[in-house]
Amino acid sequence: MTVKNDRVVELDQAVIRFAGDSGDGMQLTGNLFSESTAFAGNDFATFPDYPAEIRAPQGTVSGVSGFQIHFGKVDIHTSGDKADVLVAMNPASLKANMRWITEEAVIILDTDAFIEKNLIKAGYESNPLTDDSLTGHVVVQAPITTLTREAVKDLHIDNKSAQKSKNMFALGMIFYMFNRTYERTFRFFETKFQKNPLVVEANKKVLSAGFNFAHTIEAFANTFKIKPAALEKGIYRNVTGNLATSWGLLAAAERSGRKLFLGSYPITPASEILQEIARHKQFAAIAFQAEDEIAGIVSTIGASFAGSVGVTSTSGPGLSLKSEALGLAVMTELPLVVVNVQRGGPSTGLPTKSEQSDLNQALFGRNGEAPLIVMAAQSSSDCFYSAYEAVKLSVEHMTPVILLTDGSLANGSEVFKIPEVSGLPDINPPIVEANDPDFKPYKRDGEKLRRAWAIPGTEGLRHRIGGLEKEDIYGNVSHDPLNHEKMSRLREEKVERVANYIPELEVDGDPDADFLVVGWGGTHGMMLTALEQLRDEGHSIAMAHFKHIKPLPRNTREVFSRFKKILVCEINLGQFVNYLRMSLPGIEFDQYNKIQGLPFMVKELKQKFLEYLSD
Amino acid sequence: MEQAVSINEMKLTKKDFESDQMVKWCPGCGDHAILKSVENVFPELGIPKEKFVVVSGIGCSSRFPYYMNTYGFHSIHGRAAALATGIKLANPELSVWMITGDGDSMAIGGNHFIHLARRNPDVNVLLFNNRIYGLTKGQYSPTTPKGAKTKTSPQGTFEPPFNPGALVLGARGKFFARVVDTNMKMMSEVFAEAAKHKGTSIVEILANCVIFNNKIHGLITGRETKNDNQIFLEAGKPMIFRQERDKGLVLRGTRLEVVNIGENGITEDDILIHDPTTEDPGIHMMLAEMKPPEFPAAMGVIRAVKSQPLEDAVWASIEHEKEVSPLKSVDDLLHTGNTWEVS
Repeated sequence: MTVKNDRVVELDQAVIRFAGDSGDGMQLTGNLFSESTAFAGNDFATFPDYPAEIRAPQGTVSGVSGFQIHFGKVDIHTSGDKADVLVAMNPASLKANMRWITEEAVIILDTDAFIEKNLIKAGYESNPLTDDSLTGHVVVQAPITTLTREAVKDLHIDNKSAQKSKNMFALGMIFYMFNRTYERTFRFFETKFQKNPLVVEANKKVLSAGFNFAHTIEAFANTFKIKPAALEKGIYRNVTGNLATSWGLLAAAERSGRKLFLGSYPITPASEILQEIARHKQFAAIAFQAEDEIAGIVSTIGASFAGSVGVTSTSGPGLSLKSEALGLAVMTELPLVVVNVQRGGPSTGLPTKSEQSDLNQALFGRNGEAPLIVMAAQSSSDCFYSAYEAVKLSVEHMTPVILLTDGSLANGSEVFKIPEVSGLPDINPPIVEANDPDFKPYKRDGEKLRRAWAIPGTEGLRHRIGGLEKEDIYGNVSHDPLNHEKMSRLREEKVERVANYIPELEVDGDPDADFLVVGWGGTHGMMLTALEQLRDEGHSIAMAHFKHIKPLPRNTREVFSRFKKILVCEINLGQFVNYLRMSLPGIEFDQYNKIQGLPFMVKELKQKFLEYLSD
Repeated sequence: MEQAVSINEMKLTKKDFESDQMVKWCPGCGDHAILKSVENVFPELGIPKEKFVVVSGIGCSSRFPYYMNTYGFHSIHGRAAALATGIKLANPELSVWMITGDGDSMAIGGNHFIHLARRNPDVNVLLFNNRIYGLTKGQYSPTTPKGAKTKTSPQGTFEPPFNPGALVLGARGKFFARVVDTNMKMMSEVFAEAAKHKGTSIVEILANCVIFNNKIHGLITGRETKNDNQIFLEAGKPMIFRQERDKGLVLRGTRLEVVNIGENGITEDDILIHDPTTEDPGIHMMLAEMKPPEFPAAMGVIRAVKSQPLEDAVWASIEHEKEVSPLKSVDDLLHTGNTWEVS
């Protein structure tokens, strides 16, 4: 290792991965670094990678918890393929993360943890610090545990509590490495541990000790600086997808003049939505924790009938349980939003991992002809706008909407420019006035074909709805064959006409390219980054990325017809591409699929795209 | 929920609640009498007609909402309890009535049913218990007596049945009553009690399925046998039955026992007084479990314990948070926590 440390190298972007045992506080460490990154003015995106178990066996590879942050002065659309810097608090976290770091990555290790017992637990046959397995990496060996204890010895706290702050030692080292100041983090300690001044003091001491240690031992050949990104003027914050979804729902309820009702059952990775809405009774938002997924959606349908903006949040297996009730919402033509945070399936599958494999279920997973709107959020911050739009379309068109997000978007975070709620599109629910002489339960408006919302308690509008087929206009139970065909077609046409109220499909990149890459939902950031990099490298390539899936944007066929080769990329075995083949016969689609519970990496997308570009 | 509008002003009658739809239950079905009783009770409750919402699941009984001229929702099998809870939470001013059956609420909807009882929103439940699946034509239900031969139990069922009352009490329900479909006066009286009770009130109606399970409650409802086999419980009154008022219930040790008044020195003063309001469900459970021939079946309000309805607790919390929260709009919320400005 070189000893010059006065050199500051400027970078465009970097990726850091913090990894440790699931009790080591890596998520907090990552979040604190994110806050500091925001303050430094960089654009960034983060992704936590944690085990399904709350405290998996200590020291084992399955118990490793990670947090990755990708930050830069350039636009950041993803949490990064592989890390340039890895912080590994024990042998297991080193072992688990070797495949997630670049060949030249800097590795910061707690050497105190590399003892035989831990090496065995991690499944190492020889010590990676002494064999040659880390060749090529810059390895910074720091006795973090010892130094942490040393840093707080004046505070006379017990060993166990002292060791709890060793993550802050690592954070201090990273702060030094990236020329960060730590005053804001100190302020965070003061607020977070208000009731325990000793903990505040300990964390401060350990963080500074880490910072000073990195400086003193001249751990790094140079330190790094990343200039602020050229973000638009405005006020910014960091949001995870689940937070953005929750806030989008609240904003939509506020703008629609209706109250939000969320009926949900806890399920990974969607529970944060239920938890977040539960915090906001001040907006008269009700978060009802139901006894199961079915009661979650059915209570919500009840609340929708009673005039609330009804939302239920879930993940794959929960969506399966809601299928029958979704049919009821289709039949009764009530507004309803289902937020489905996709995870790996089938069955319990990979609860903490991400996938795009619930698309078929969203489109087709009901008995009968049961059309509804299907949308997919494209990034963590887009979850806000998608949730908002899902409510708008649902109440204005009197139809259920399934909004698909995924585990990566839900738990990942990115920079979010705070909008003004009054600047968002109007939401106009078609509520029937009391004693409207023309009211008929299934009378439709000519443009949207939606029926109107006659809310119980309103004088002069008493009527019955339910799961049995209803007579057109009058809404009485009807088993008439021709009426059933008419109603089936009307329900389908109503959803198709939503295409007149959503934006047309836009093409990113080179409009004259021969090669179009297509994706939907959560792959947007990776695909866009791959596209931008390939264009920077001189390739001609275009991208169409879908947020609206049913109905498809009106110009979809027209867009596709402009390209010679189309490659549809998704994190499943080809659900969207088959939907496109079915919906747009005559157009040829190639497909690229990955199904590992992980997002695409930019590198692998580029590699795949290059196969087409070099043809 | 009681309204500020006086009954005189509204002058509601049975007619106000009759729908124009043809009632399609079998002739002789007990459901007809239940419908009439409900139509009799609704105008008497002092609630504007547009505030009633009648919801149901699936089954013969669940067609009920179509036959009432109120807001109505015929939902899916077993889920009416969840629907009713959502409606009541969203708008506590509505008078929510849930119509269900033994298949709907004891089998497919068992989970929702017990959680409704536990959560205690102000929902009135009419549970039509005919101890059979009628709409699917005669399969045994969770309340079918053990050993009964049905289409799906040709050798007799192997399963012991649920007692709905015991289930309600086990789920910490606050209100349970029982009536027979052969007594309209009893039904109207008890439905009105259920309506007045704040919280989930569950009324089991011993209903007759004339086609698939005729006279299943015959011992309790039959002209010749009902005198011996029904006891109508009234709050604060001794538990005496038979028109002759010559039998009553006493507590002997930890068990109820039927005694003859006037024999062995037993007088009316020895008879147990009914108190539906005690939190302790012990006696209520014993009353709910009584069945002929050892005991008369208990009718009337068996349990009615005061307890804050779910929606009152939720909306009190909303009012409180509105007052104390610094967040007055979603704009405020978006700016909470760490934000930074790019200028």
